[in-house]
Amino acid sequence: MNPPDLRYSKEHEWVRLASDGTVLIGITRFAAESLGDVVFIDIPEAGRQLDQFKKLGEIESVKAVSDLFSPVSGQVVERNQAALDNPQLVNDSPYDKGWLLKASLRNQAELDTLMTAQQYEQYLSSEGSH
Amino acid sequence: MESHGFTSPYTPNTDAERSEMLNAIGAGSVDELFKDIPQQHRNPKLNLPPPLSELELRRDIEALARMNAVPGDYACFLGGGAYRHHVPAVVRQLVSRSEFMTSYTPYQPEVSQGTLQAHFEFQSLICQLTGMEVANAGMYDGATSLAEGCLMAARVTKRNKVMVLDTVSPAYRAVVKTFVEAPQLEEIVVAPAQANPTNEFACVVVQQPNFFGYLEDVEALARRTHSVGALLVVAVDLVSLGMFKPPGEYGADIVVGEGQSLGVAPTFGGPYVGIFACKEQYIRQMPGRIVGRTVDTRGRTGYVLTLQTREQHIRRERATSNICTSVGLIALMATIYMAANGRRGLRHVAELCYHKAHYAASLVSKIPGYSLPAQGTFFREFVIQCPRPPAEINRKLLERRIIGGLDVSDRYPNGMLLCCTEVNSREEIETLAKALAEVGKA
Amino acid sequence: MATPDVTMDGRRKLLMDRSVPGRMGTTLPPLDVPAQPLPSKGLLRDDLPMPEVSESELVRYFSQISQFNFSIDHNFYPLGSCTMKYNPKVNDEMAGMPGMAEIHPNQPPETVQGALKLMHRLQGYLAEATGMAGASLAPMAGAEGELTGLLMARAYHLSRGDAKRKKVLIPDSAHGTNPASAAMAGFQVLALPTDTNGNTDAEALKASVGDDLAAFMITQPSTLGLFDANLLELVHIVREAGGIVYGDGANLNALLGRVKLGDLGFDVVHSNLHKTFTQPHGGGGPGAGAVMVSRRLLPFLPTPLVEQRKGPDGKEQYVLATPPKTIGKMGAFHGNFGALVRAYSYIRTLGDAGVAEVSRDAVINANYILSQLKGHYDLPYDRRCMHEAVFSARNLRHKHGVSALDVAKRLIDYGVHPPTMYFPLIVEEALMIEPTETESKETLDQFIATMKAIAREAAENPKLLHDAPHNTPNTRLDEARAARQPDLRWRKA
Repeated sequence: MNPPDLRYSKEHEWVRLASDGTVLIGITRFAAESLGDVVFIDIPEAGRQLDQFKKLGEIESVKAVSDLFSPVSGQVVERNQAALDNPQLVNDSPYDKGWLLKASLRNQAELDTLMTAQQYEQYLSSEGSH
Repeated sequence: MESHGFTSPYTPNTDAERSEMLNAIGAGSVDELFKDIPQQHRNPKLNLPPPLSELELRRDIEALARMNAVPGDYACFLGGGAYRHHVPAVVRQLVSRSEFMTSYTPYQPEVSQGTLQAHFEFQSLICQLTGMEVANAGMYDGATSLAEGCLMAARVTKRNKVMVLDTVSPAYRAVVKTFVEAPQLEEIVVAPAQANPTNEFACVVVQQPNFFGYLEDVEALARRTHSVGALLVVAVDLVSLGMFKPPGEYGADIVVGEGQSLGVAPTFGGPYVGIFACKEQYIRQMPGRIVGRTVDTRGRTGYVLTLQTREQHIRRERATSNICTSVGLIALMATIYMAANGRRGLRHVAELCYHKAHYAASLVSKIPGYSLPAQGTFFREFVIQCPRPPAEINRKLLERRIIGGLDVSDRYPNGMLLCCTEVNSREEIETLAKALAEVGKA
Repeated sequence: MATPDVTMDGRRKLLMDRSVPGRMGTTLPPLDVPAQPLPSKGLLRDDLPMPEVSESELVRYFSQISQFNFSIDHNFYPLGSCTMKYNPKVNDEMAGMPGMAEIHPNQPPETVQGALKLMHRLQGYLAEATGMAGASLAPMAGAEGELTGLLMARAYHLSRGDAKRKKVLIPDSAHGTNPASAAMAGFQVLALPTDTNGNTDAEALKASVGDDLAAFMITQPSTLGLFDANLLELVHIVREAGGIVYGDGANLNALLGRVKLGDLGFDVVHSNLHKTFTQPHGGGGPGAGAVMVSRRLLPFLPTPLVEQRKGPDGKEQYVLATPPKTIGKMGAFHGNFGALVRAYSYIRTLGDAGVAEVSRDAVINANYILSQLKGHYDLPYDRRCMHEAVFSARNLRHKHGVSALDVAKRLIDYGVHPPTMYFPLIVEEALMIEPTETESKETLDQFIATMKAIAREAAENPKLLHDAPHNTPNTRLDEARAARQPDLRWRKA
């Protein structure tokens, strides 16, 4: 269920590397389902610096707030305005239309510190067991 | 006559029912249920007076009430943050309905549509009256609304200085000080003429009309405030908005106010309700409860508490405030009051206040030894300078069954703040003027 | 079709929708003084867009919508931690007496001696009931009481030149107001875990205290409805580390006459007068949050306090006083006086003989429910409770896909207000039930039968629960839509 071409963080964000060297960042289906109906997304504008595993913004459902952590270091290139305007996209299409940020990478090697889809699924099942 | 010990009318279960329940629980005694409490501290002696019957209680409270000089029995010219206005019977009758009075916070919207719709009405009417875009469902009182407004301005601007005009109520300034010190903000109090904020300031706070009853030049202040990227926070007198320009028209970013004057008896200072309104762009930084309109599973309109992620029960230490009330019942009183008076009534009440206050001022200014030390346009309050200390004057007025004005001699030499509303008859005002003339003589 | 109560698009009309130019909802006196010159037009508003409705319409409208509410006078409210008990009618009459309701907060103290005497007595009663040295009636709600207590803790440490105490420890079962208040008081918040018996983890507390500890905030009984079996030890650890022990009295109803937190070494206790002392909840306020303190915090109490002095004539007199190192003012005036009159009336009615009956019956009633529903709903902490019993609907969720929310909403169909749900956060599918002492055994038996019936329905017809409630003016509402597209006020169609 989690696309094999992405990398995943323990904080349930995903990263997709594009051919131009930029990445898309979003939250996983597991995260979107745990949150429930997403109603508001608070993420930095283009130009802002991102640091790996540091707080990036917040995502809200009706009765919960979750911190977003940047899975990589870099700089925001673009926010997904469609998702900001219609946060339901994050629930409906977490890996596609519901992406959050496009960013340039500062250090591509950071991607290797993230999990593969298979590792992430193992991580999820171990998380669920306690 | 059968003698019996005390039986509370509020705890229905009898001894027999209690022992039946203890049996079902499997407890040998009541005390067994409290055994987690350290034994040496359990069941302490309580030094409280013995129980009173309803009749005795009534006598006790009546005796206390007789120790008060009650406006109504006395002519009263006090304002300074709480105001006497006529409260239509419909206000008290409707809020006495137990469906409103004894219901809980509307967290369960299906069984709270009455409260939620009433809150939505309150938000709507506050927006209509103040000219602002959004309002919350209510805060504790005007002073804490103002303090929260300052904290909110600091969050919005990410700045830590708060400029407060020295014509803002001293009580309000004191409450702001209590609230802003701990989170490391700085309250700077300046005279209106010195209100030249820099870009270090989160906001400028003005009271309109000010504590002494006079209108401030808010439009110039709005320009100076916005030119440095600060927010204009206006503590507005809601009754004055029956005739004066609303803050939404002169660029206020945050509007706070005391809802008491809209249909709530003075009640020795509370409960009141704080008004809190702002520009829509700042809504996610707003404290307090907000009601929104939505639809149910069958497509019917209904109301819910919304944008709750701002609040303490969800965001905990990162909430916009710790507040966990909207003082719903008092907000409802204000709502019914605004509706009962309506467009024409609110204007009429404001104009009665204005004309009576100005009439009183014209009488007092003609009494030898008295003068009006402040300049400008005032609404229902104004400062008089007395020939002798106001405390002395007030003691003598009291002998004539008049509760005089508030002593503001710390600000104006021998200054007294007089207030007139529609409840002060012409006869009362003229009696006051005559009494002032008499007691003013050495 | 539009009707007097419904708009064209089928929604209940709001006041502005009902407005007809020329209607009036009250009468006002004519101007009885000579008209004075009006200020310049630039200062005046052109338009006053407020509703125009008649008094009869107003009464019918608000009476109609009031009936969409559940309320204590109509329904059982087993709402955990909210202490929704009966609100005695005599208290409302006492607070509404003109000699109490009409007095102005700026009146000179010598003209309000009765009000001040009442407040002075109430300060004493509340201090006595909690075993503390003094009380402030200034805070206007429980959360403001918390802020007051924490600002006093801050002022206390600073007055000793101890500026490094920045940390407040709060158990993870606490109400959200606790961490929010601590943040407003300028502190950092650290959550403490709860152990498997439902007590605060004493080892975790020990490991967390140090010379940066400002205060430890604990609710007793906890929001699990449990009196902490280690409480004396917890207090000892905090005091040894130089911290202030803060007691959140949200659940004080269980302790009246059973224990005085002051005797256990607490420094601050706040009491929500609208819970324990019966101020009606009013659809979300007004409340009142008196704060009681130990001797070492007396100088820091907010202003004003009511003090009794001997007057020049030798007679008792009451004055508004400012403590020497006060944290300042918490509101414009002296607190929510109307709520204070009610609390005073309640305490005088019960008196020394009646106060302990409150906790007795509150705790018996809760344990009775616990004993009867055990087995039908999961019980995460299987021990005697105090004033409330915390169950979990996880058994129903796992077996039948029915959540705590579904159970709660189904209760509405039976005329019962939902219990507190999903709180405390540490209990999965929590259903927190507080019957209070004002409910009879018959009501409890009926509630127990209803809860058992709902558990059966969960197995037989889960959809019935998913779709509940069925008979209310609205079915479940779309809260996501409300938050995504905020619609917060009337607008012209």
